[in-house]
Amino acid sequence: MRFARTLHVARKERAEAAAKAVFAFMAAAMIVPLVLIVGYLVYVAWPSLGWEFIVDIPRRGMTDGGIWPAFVGTLYLVGISLLVSAPIGILAAVYLNEYAKDNWFNRMVHLAVINLAGVPSIVHALFGLGAFVYAARLGYSILSASLTLAIMTLPVIIASTREALASVPMAFREACWNVGATRWQTIRAVVLPNSISGILTGVILQVSRAAGETAPVMFTGAVFFKAVERGELFPYGLHEQCMALSMHLYTLATQVPNVKESLPYATAVVLLGSVLLVNAAAIALRVYIRGRKKW
Amino acid sequence: MSPENAPDPPRARRPQRPRWAILGERAIEALIRLSGVSAILFVAAIFFFVLREAAPVLFREDFSLAQFLFSTEWYPTSASNVRYGTLALTVGTLSVTALAMALAVPFGLGAAIYLSEFCAPRVRETLKVVIELLSAIPSVVWGFVGLTVMSRLIVNLTGAPVGVNVLNGGIILALMSVPVIVSIGEDALKAVPDSYREAGVALGATRWQIVYRVLLPAARNGLLAAVLLGVGRAAGETMAVLMATGHAVHIPGGVLDSVRTLTANIAAELGEAPAGSDHYRVLFLTGTLLFLITFAVNITADFVVRGIRRK
Repeated sequence: MRFARTLHVARKERAEAAAKAVFAFMAAAMIVPLVLIVGYLVYVAWPSLGWEFIVDIPRRGMTDGGIWPAFVGTLYLVGISLLVSAPIGILAAVYLNEYAKDNWFNRMVHLAVINLAGVPSIVHALFGLGAFVYAARLGYSILSASLTLAIMTLPVIIASTREALASVPMAFREACWNVGATRWQTIRAVVLPNSISGILTGVILQVSRAAGETAPVMFTGAVFFKAVERGELFPYGLHEQCMALSMHLYTLATQVPNVKESLPYATAVVLLGSVLLVNAAAIALRVYIRGRKKW
Repeated sequence: MSPENAPDPPRARRPQRPRWAILGERAIEALIRLSGVSAILFVAAIFFFVLREAAPVLFREDFSLAQFLFSTEWYPTSASNVRYGTLALTVGTLSVTALAMALAVPFGLGAAIYLSEFCAPRVRETLKVVIELLSAIPSVVWGFVGLTVMSRLIVNLTGAPVGVNVLNGGIILALMSVPVIVSIGEDALKAVPDSYREAGVALGATRWQIVYRVLLPAARNGLLAAVLLGVGRAAGETMAVLMATGHAVHIPGGVLDSVRTLTANIAAELGEAPAGSDHYRVLFLTGTLLFLITFAVNITADFVVRGIRRK
């Protein structure tokens, strides 16, 4: 036997269904732009896309050809910033998760990390210009730009490394301490090996973040154009300036007249595609770890 | 035998690690502490170096801070009548951010509620991946989308003379800050103990009733923090607004007017301002202002979140 649905219950259930539909619509409203944007960009970019586009150099005053110098420049910037920020970021996360006691000083550290993530990218650019280009006399160079990027992306790596370290159960550490290991021995033998894939995810996310940033490199080391041989792998020295994919897109879209229509779209697709691929790799890695976790 | 002259009991020699291992450990721990503190050093360094470039102009007698903050006249390169008033830029930032939040807050919080309370686990995983990808899109790509796709759409739909304006920038910034609001908002809802929900279910409440009578009040602070971080993200965004809002330094009269924001202004003019000139220093001063604004927003957001944790 069922209870009869009173008017009150019916109204309540109608409200429930309506609320669910509205919220589902709001959630779906996020997927639609992602799909539409990616789809439209690829559609317009299609005539230019291809391997040839990536390895060829810009031609006819940047109105035709490919993006090789910018692509390599971004690899340089991302690679060097990673070399700087990965060790600092991972060690900082180890400090915050394994050493820091809950006192006012470490609350300050925590706030500093949050703020570092919240400072606008253009302020990071001003900092890079004032600190690395002028004060440290590195000049407009790959080094200045990479260091700026490194500091900017530090919070990404700290946040995800911390999460990875925190997911290692406390009992693992206690077991290790109980056999007489010191704090660092425990970290090296137990905590880091058990969180290495999570840390790797953070490093991957840092790569994707650094590759997409424009403002911080625009004023510290990236230039509009720099001649590079087609397909050349090591064209730049660290004290030279370089092109960057993100800035190349900005240049093509706003500064260069009479560009072939599909060219900026193709540049956008390559940039977006690389970033999304890298992020997808991080997500896949995370899913893999979760499936394999022993505890 | 008296206890005094009893031989010492044989002392077990504690196995010692080699000296280099102990020193190595000391060194690495020092390095770890240094890295931990480095975040503070970097934030301080950012403030110091940006202010250092800006400082000389602050102490010039022909520069007035009141004019900098409250004048709408921005003529940095004028030959006879140089004016550095950033009010129009501040209003530009405010108008674009406000529009972005008007769009992003309802959608972001709605999506957060859906993710946390209504949807099946599998759908949730998929949506979270989408949100993560959405937040990974570089700002210059968003700017490009605003400049090309969105501006054409706006011209066609509204008949506005130019498509790069407050509306365009607002929509783009809304799309950029929604992922932040959703993920922080969902965390806030998840932090509400399940016993609250169970109490609601036991009283015969539907999910929607639980959401708006129980969860929203309980998660109020976390949701506020989510909104604040969204504001921080939108107000600090540079490349997207540089490309999508047009370049008119004036106070906008409506959503179809072009504006320029504080961030975009720095990006647009820094390349042309000779190092060491007044113009250059005023741009750094704008940077200092931006730093202080986002600093305040982030501290407030953290404080709001801490507030619930302590209770």
